[in-house]
Amino acid sequence: MSMFSRPEAVGVTAVSVAEPAADGGAVQSRKRRRISALGIVGLSIIVVACLFCFVGPLLYHTNQVGSNLAASNLAPGKGHPLGTDDNGFDILGRLMIGGQSSLEIGAAVAVIATTLGVVWGAIAGFAGGIVDGIMMRIVDVILAVPALFLLLILATSVAPSTLELIVVLSFLAWQVPSRLVRGESLTLRTREFVQAVQVMGGGSTRAVIRHIIPNTISTIVVNATFQVADAILILAVLSYLGFGLPPPAATWGGMLSNGSSYIFAGYWWQIYPVGVLIVIVVIAFNFLGDALRDLLDVRLR
Amino acid sequence: MTRYLLYRLLHSLVVVVGVTIIVFLLLHHLPGGPARAILGAKATPVTIAAFNREYGLDNPLPVQYLNYVDQLLHGNLGYSYKLNISVDSLLALDLPKTLFLVGISFLIAVIIAVPIGIAQAIRRNRMLDHGLTGVSFLLYSMPTFWLALLLIDILSARLRIFPPEAPQGTTLGQVITDPLALILPVLTLVLINFALFSRYMRASAIESLAQDYIKVARSKGLPEHKVLWSHVLRNSLLPIVTLLGLSLPWLFTAGLVIEQIFNYPGTGLLFFTSAQSQDYPVELGITIVIAVTTVVGNLLADIAYAVLDPRIRYS
Repeated sequence: MSMFSRPEAVGVTAVSVAEPAADGGAVQSRKRRRISALGIVGLSIIVVACLFCFVGPLLYHTNQVGSNLAASNLAPGKGHPLGTDDNGFDILGRLMIGGQSSLEIGAAVAVIATTLGVVWGAIAGFAGGIVDGIMMRIVDVILAVPALFLLLILATSVAPSTLELIVVLSFLAWQVPSRLVRGESLTLRTREFVQAVQVMGGGSTRAVIRHIIPNTISTIVVNATFQVADAILILAVLSYLGFGLPPPAATWGGMLSNGSSYIFAGYWWQIYPVGVLIVIVVIAFNFLGDALRDLLDVRLR
Repeated sequence: MTRYLLYRLLHSLVVVVGVTIIVFLLLHHLPGGPARAILGAKATPVTIAAFNREYGLDNPLPVQYLNYVDQLLHGNLGYSYKLNISVDSLLALDLPKTLFLVGISFLIAVIIAVPIGIAQAIRRNRMLDHGLTGVSFLLYSMPTFWLALLLIDILSARLRIFPPEAPQGTTLGQVITDPLALILPVLTLVLINFALFSRYMRASAIESLAQDYIKVARSKGLPEHKVLWSHVLRNSLLPIVTLLGLSLPWLFTAGLVIEQIFNYPGTGLLFFTSAQSQDYPVELGITIVIAVTTVVGNLLADIAYAVLDPRIRYS
């Protein structure tokens, strides 16, 4: 959640956890361990989307750098299956190229933000006391400022590069995983196997790296999946508002923003394919995240 | 209770101080610092140095920070050199309009989501529940700006029912004189909020339905509508209080996007145009106000929750 800070980012179906299992614990545990059908659907969509964006351009060659005004705003038809935009760029080809940055940045942000959050949360929870207090207040402070506002301030002065976007988006996304992991490590540090490490003379670093973090892995994986969806969404918003990757880079949000000028001209092919694509990819990651949660949730085992 | 209140108050205070530090540092880590932001890209090092001396910007950072906080405590949020007006006056005009937009959408969304969430909980896992869950899932996955564009395309461009632009005006009074033009921005925000709230409401109603006091109420022969009204509804409303507190940053974010798309003259649009024109004092002033509102909102939600649910105080 995080970036968009929808309350308790814990993903789309906070609902499924709260529901008491109707058919008891042990018997259904085997069934639970298989990934749900929706999870398979989500995973398949993600694979197809990756193929579409990264392999697609190799098979379907289009010029996405030099504009061709003679071919601008063409309706879908021969030569341009999804039509062209106001610069004469082929929409289908642009969807592929634009998706590359979305998926790359989304994945990178999820990995970096989750890693940062996990380390932060594990240390805070394990250390406890005043260290924990200070570390978690820092999290509270960053969460109190809506991410989009901070992003726009940072993007005001410089048109961001891919790397800068990854760094900034990650910086604004690690708070939720850190809270989740802190919560878990608070309980884990009182468990016998962690205390045993210390009794046997193992250092705190060892306890955190070898015992606390591995035991929060399911939370981490589930949260990282949602992080990808969130990063793709906020990236789209940012490019839509004109503060994303600068031209000539193609972005999904930028395509939507461009096409929205022609809504009243009826150029539907400039907004519908890209809008639907964003929604489908985001839903796919949410499906996968929900399925992984059910699959890995420690409480369900 | 007093202890809890004091603890929460102190906690909020710490967060607010943290926010002012972040905003202060942002202001000072802009390329060239505030002087460059105010004097523009063509200012010479000499003018910048003169400006810095004039406004005390050559003092050590901690001193400058204290001056900044002093200004904030006196209600001075900064001055827009681009618009030549104080940030306070800008906010005094635009904040009511944003609060109106966000507030009315939140209210409508809650009014719709509460009965629907309870209905879903009662008919859990039936057709109605699955259908409504599907709808809210779809809405939830939709980026705000995409939903807004969809509604503009269908309801405005094709069916020509509502105008695509929000009502214009400097004051809230002028804005609400054109209700027809308000419908699309409000509808978009309502749908987005509804998706979130109905999920919470459903989960929370399912939880209350499973409680022992519901069984007691039913077994002593209380009519079902009374069970729902006085037990399920009341207890499932509790999380909505927290939800309001938690959703504030998200409401402001969605509000910014919607104000930009519909050209609604609130703080979100003001923030957006300031970002475009590099008007940092306005951006940072709005950020402070929104962050403080968020912290205060969370605090109030927590207090309200503790008052409404005595169990919280002891945990």
